[in-house]
Amino acid sequence: MKVDLSWIDYLIMMIYFIFVLGIGWFLRKFMKNANAFLEAGRSMPAWVAGLAFISTNLGALEVMGMTGSGMKYGMLTTHFYWIGAIPAMIFLAVFMMPFYYGSKARSVPEFLKLRYDEKTRGLNAILFAVMTVLASGISMFALALLMENVLGWNFNLSLWISALIVLGYTYLGGLSSAIYNEVLQFFIIVIGLLPLVFLALKDVGGWVGLKAQLAPIAQAKGFAADTFTTTWKYSGSAGANPLGVEWFGILFGLGFVLSFGYWCTNFLIVQRAFAAESKAAARKVPLIGALPKMFIPFLIIVPGIIALALSNDPGKGFNLPLSSGGGPDYNLTIIMLLKQYLPAGVLGLGITALLASFMSGMAGNVSAFNTVWTYDIYQSYIRPRTGNEEEDGKHYLKVGRIATIFGILLSIASAYIASKFGNIMDFLQTIFSLINAPLFAVIFLGMFWKRTTGHAAFTGLLAGFILALIHHGLTVPAGATTIIKGGWIANLHTYPVEMAQNFWTAIIAFTVSTTVTVVLTFLTKQKKTDEELKGLVYSLTPRELNDSHLPWYERPTGLAILVGVIAIVLTIMFW
Amino acid sequence: MVDIRIPIGLMFSIIGVLISVFGLATMSNTEMYQKSLNINVNLIMGVLMLIFGLIMLYMSQRKKKKA
Repeated sequence: MKVDLSWIDYLIMMIYFIFVLGIGWFLRKFMKNANAFLEAGRSMPAWVAGLAFISTNLGALEVMGMTGSGMKYGMLTTHFYWIGAIPAMIFLAVFMMPFYYGSKARSVPEFLKLRYDEKTRGLNAILFAVMTVLASGISMFALALLMENVLGWNFNLSLWISALIVLGYTYLGGLSSAIYNEVLQFFIIVIGLLPLVFLALKDVGGWVGLKAQLAPIAQAKGFAADTFTTTWKYSGSAGANPLGVEWFGILFGLGFVLSFGYWCTNFLIVQRAFAAESKAAARKVPLIGALPKMFIPFLIIVPGIIALALSNDPGKGFNLPLSSGGGPDYNLTIIMLLKQYLPAGVLGLGITALLASFMSGMAGNVSAFNTVWTYDIYQSYIRPRTGNEEEDGKHYLKVGRIATIFGILLSIASAYIASKFGNIMDFLQTIFSLINAPLFAVIFLGMFWKRTTGHAAFTGLLAGFILALIHHGLTVPAGATTIIKGGWIANLHTYPVEMAQNFWTAIIAFTVSTTVTVVLTFLTKQKKTDEELKGLVYSLTPRELNDSHLPWYERPTGLAILVGVIAIVLTIMFW
Repeated sequence: MVDIRIPIGLMFSIIGVLISVFGLATMSNTEMYQKSLNINVNLIMGVLMLIFGLIMLYMSQRKKKKA
């Protein structure tokens, strides 16, 4: 399964590294205070922040995982890109961004502090910081392992070098450097994977040829002939599609709870919009990101579907290596496809695209971590502002830079823990992924219901998280062999697939959070005055937006309609 | 600050030239391009990247003149 690279491939990689570090180097002189370093000085044009918004999400685990899912579930995987992302991105842009950006909060936890109270911020800040470090450690481990197994590189060397490059450009240029590089990485990912899509599709005889080849494969698995090339058609019952989830789970679990939790409240993502140059630009950021987002499935999911056809055609000689569990290792789908079709030259470009996706994901984690650490933990609990703005700016810049180094070191440490105790890390990641759904419930209620109180929000957040944990402890996905997948308290219910379990865990977390917050709001007293909540709550914020003089594509609502229409057309085309 | 289109334009132009030259040099190597269905993808992608890089550079310069 080894992929041999030649000098030209390495040369392309080197050029990419030089540019990535060079961007950080050029930006270093602009980093005069914490505001420039951690918030990019709120100066990013909408299109730059918009592409960074989508690039952060396009990490290595996303690219590798989604191609693998394409091979497992076919076009149903696009639910993660269409229903599972677009509505949430539109909602964030049109309804939530004015309050996020207008509040002047520098992070999501800080928004919680402004809207609710200190304890709600503290809880969220600490959970978020831990989750971020875990996530970047796990993806770092996955990448280094891939480099070792497939390219024959040394594990430790790949781990440290990739970490040092990310450290280099985030330390020098902070969030600006991370965002600029994410834009560069976005283009490298798209252009690097383009020849693969083109060649693979040509090889199987285009979309029509692919459909024909997949029909017997689907039927052999007991599904309808066109299951792998359709999205909603067989979602009437969980057993009729390979995803193992029915339309309600997809619509409510993925399309509402999971996706709104991720896109609207995950600071990692939202931070890119916070860095925009104006409120109007901030509102356009998620929409500009949504435009390429809708087409990414053709870049990473379609090749996965083609891999399914190839692996069933003995003449192609395409096989996935086996994973440690015995089954095919779906995470290697993309790299095996690169090997199958790309000669030296464009192969280096494809591998560089994978490295770029890893870096964009990791830099996202690091730049979100250092902001939350500096503003929400250090500044609020360790050394508050002195009032001397200039001195503070310099001090927190130093703290932000040190936090960047520490963030990377902690990620490296967690990558090593993952290499020794992979299961424990998977478990922790599952647990921490449960914080998003309750967070969305609490932020949503806070923005649109002025009565919501701090005590209620804090309890709601905690209750949603704990109940989700208990649900995970009481249920298992079919075929689970370890307690990491659930059922560590007792086994009360078995889900057909792990994904169904995840969806339902999120649904429960969200429902419990909402209920607890609403009930407790009626039982507790609102401590914030209407004046304090101005700009944070919908009903208390004056409508200042008057953009009717702009052309439609400059207006957030105009863009939102365009994005919505394209998403609907795509959904119908692949229904 | 720096216009991000400049580094993007430069990088894609450089890699574009590199890959197209490599594609031209390996033109006669039919064995190498067997896996890419006998298409010289290096030449095609190289030229496309160069065009993309130059468009980015052009756009960054045009903006400067206006301002």
